[in-house]
Amino acid sequence: MTAAIGRGLVLVSLFCASAGAVAAFAAFLRKSSQLTSIAVRAAYGFAASMILANLWMVAALLRNDFSISYVAQVGSVDLPTWVKVVSLWSSLEGSILFWGFVLAIYIAVATRSLNESHGPARPAAIGVWLLCATFFGFLIAGPAQPFGAVANVPTDGPGPNPLLQNHVLMAIHPPFLYGGYVGMTIPFGLALAALLTGRLSPTLLGTIRTSLLAPWTFLTCAVVLGGWWAYEVLGWGGYWAWDPVENASLLPWLTATAALHSAILTERRGVLKGWTMSLVISSFLLTILGTFMTRSGIFNSVHSFTQSAIGPTILVFLGIATLASVVLLAVRVDLLKPDGELDRGASRDTAFLAQNLLLVLFTFTVLIGTVFPLIVEAARNVQMSVGRPYFDRMTIPIGALLLFVMGVGPALPWGSTSRDELKRRLLPPLGLGLVALALALAFGVRTPWTLITLFFAGYAAHVTLFEALRPARTRMKFRTDGWRKAFSQDLFGPGLRRLAAYVAHAGAVTAFIAIAVSSTRATSLERSLQQGETMKLGRYSLTFEGIEHTEEAHRTSTIARIGVKKDGIELAPLRPMMNQYQNQRESIGTPDVRTGLSEDLYLSVMNIDEASGTIGILALINPLVSWLWIATVVMAIGGLMALFSSMRVGHAAPATPNFETAPVR
Amino acid sequence: MSSNDGRKRVALALGACAFAGTLLYFVVGGIGNNLVYYWGPTEVLAAGPKAQGASIRLGGLVEKGSIVKGEGSNMSFTVTDGKKSFPVRCTSVPPQMFREGIGVVVEVTVAGDGVFESHRLMVSHGNEYRAPDDPASVDLKKLMDSTDGIRSPDKE
Repeated sequence: MTAAIGRGLVLVSLFCASAGAVAAFAAFLRKSSQLTSIAVRAAYGFAASMILANLWMVAALLRNDFSISYVAQVGSVDLPTWVKVVSLWSSLEGSILFWGFVLAIYIAVATRSLNESHGPARPAAIGVWLLCATFFGFLIAGPAQPFGAVANVPTDGPGPNPLLQNHVLMAIHPPFLYGGYVGMTIPFGLALAALLTGRLSPTLLGTIRTSLLAPWTFLTCAVVLGGWWAYEVLGWGGYWAWDPVENASLLPWLTATAALHSAILTERRGVLKGWTMSLVISSFLLTILGTFMTRSGIFNSVHSFTQSAIGPTILVFLGIATLASVVLLAVRVDLLKPDGELDRGASRDTAFLAQNLLLVLFTFTVLIGTVFPLIVEAARNVQMSVGRPYFDRMTIPIGALLLFVMGVGPALPWGSTSRDELKRRLLPPLGLGLVALALALAFGVRTPWTLITLFFAGYAAHVTLFEALRPARTRMKFRTDGWRKAFSQDLFGPGLRRLAAYVAHAGAVTAFIAIAVSSTRATSLERSLQQGETMKLGRYSLTFEGIEHTEEAHRTSTIARIGVKKDGIELAPLRPMMNQYQNQRESIGTPDVRTGLSEDLYLSVMNIDEASGTIGILALINPLVSWLWIATVVMAIGGLMALFSSMRVGHAAPATPNFETAPVR
Repeated sequence: MSSNDGRKRVALALGACAFAGTLLYFVVGGIGNNLVYYWGPTEVLAAGPKAQGASIRLGGLVEKGSIVKGEGSNMSFTVTDGKKSFPVRCTSVPPQMFREGIGVVVEVTVAGDGVFESHRLMVSHGNEYRAPDDPASVDLKKLMDSTDGIRSPDKE
């Protein structure tokens, strides 16, 4: 009975989405406001029923209602409450249902904020969103039905994949990733609407930018949270392995970042309209490709649950969406005429272009390395993978160049300028760059790419700080404002958007430093230890003191207690462990990390042999890793500030341009 | 459209093609040098001298009675698919599940003396897949698939 109600809610949402899509496109073709309002109501109907279906599933998980197939598959009576709730996205069917939930929220909010001023783009965009909603409604109702009826209702279930129960990040990472992935549907719909109507108005461009910022912020967090999860759970000592599922989350982030920047050129100069739309569309298509790669089971990972019919279905959707986008771009892009032209020469325009090309290059490199094994296997039935050295060798130079552009770009003025002015702007940041280089050399860094990265990072840090503070400093100088008043204009006035960009850049520079140092300066040691035996790693000495046990309802843990001394000073012991979950054959290790601002001490047990009192242990010193997490928070704050400023502009009348923000065309 | 516009377009298209060509050249070259093949002992033997120096993911079962522990975490064992077997040298600490008869995937390069030098040792861990007792009936693809999820750092 409860399963039937769930199925009913899903069917209602599928009906609303499909009927609404038809109404929306009819409204677009006939320019009918009556049909538009039907489509709007259908969009709300889809959102409401899809959200209810999700709540229904969460309630069933909490009540241990094993008469619903999904609950019987992932539920278990003994689970802690938080695990029961997050079980919603811990397996295939539930995760697609959760996709529907996020899509419902996005569509409801976006439909509400699209007003009459968007003209015919409004029904067109709603139509595209509801078409996507129709597809996911169909997936949930058909191939990935979570509300199946169970004939012989069991009294208990197996619980979700133990790797997913192992860490609280499992509760956080997927919602962020979905917030990013699913959210790309909104700018995609708006971009197709621009192509369908043949006009990219400033209002529409502004809405596209706003709707990109929300998923971009989520995705920024999600990419790094995935790395953090790998770091805290998988126990191999790093956070990024160029694994296909990791690449899947990175790819749309790269194109979305490019789109956010090219949108600035489109806004200022009225150029690159088709290019910006292509980037927005690519971001969406890459999220669908990523979903296909992670959900279809073609790459084995913690994300691919079982082989199922869902893979081919997503592939078909990807094919149709790609074809429709390419055809629309080819037929309509000429209608998006440029209103101005780019400045050539050493100007910020050129830096934006370079950044865009580099990001697209980055995307292609990662994309080809990720899908190449699939193509070879399909064509020649040979199994292989592309090794990590390929990704490292290809992406490190591109990354360093990006960092260079991030330093030089904001230092350059818009439009052409005199040679002296260029010197005045470009030379001073060399100071901090050289300081960074000298520091790195003093710390013994000799890897060329790390040195280059740190030099560029110092340069970019100077430019970012200087540019972030420039408007406030100018105000203090010319209006003799106090610093508090001068800054409040940036924080609460029209300067927020500019400040947001530099906050995001500051985060990015920090991330570059953290990645460059942590990936080249880690030291590791792998050994077997007898009880009481001590091993040395850098300034640490690690003693295997003994084995402990803990029992919880859903797991038993065997813990290796490791005494830690740094330079002879006793620190709190670390406890890497092996966890044995109920109903699972193998035990799963959990590393223990002593996090610090300068370095992490990372301990992971490979095996514990209680009979002989030996453990196999992997110990690493990872420098600056925690700065990657900090950098991500800073970038996300930058994204939120930008989102806030652009939403404010969207609602109020366009702000009077101050001397740093350009007039909106 | 003026002829000037047309010439501009041709120049733009040529530039784009040159850019894409260079990119493709570098990417394909980069991939070609960094491929990791998923092979069983028989396939490695069939590849002959081609296997020398290549990165291979060797899948199979740990032969009964072949595990020899040496100094520290040094260890050697034999991987078999029932038809052919290959000796593997390994310096990493084996995972908890490692034992005789279990399915393993080792990422290896062929050393000068014909022994595999292992960089990375993974044990098949799939819940659905259980390593069979008879080495000849190993489904290599399934074995590889069920082992892939566990990651360890690539050591170069």
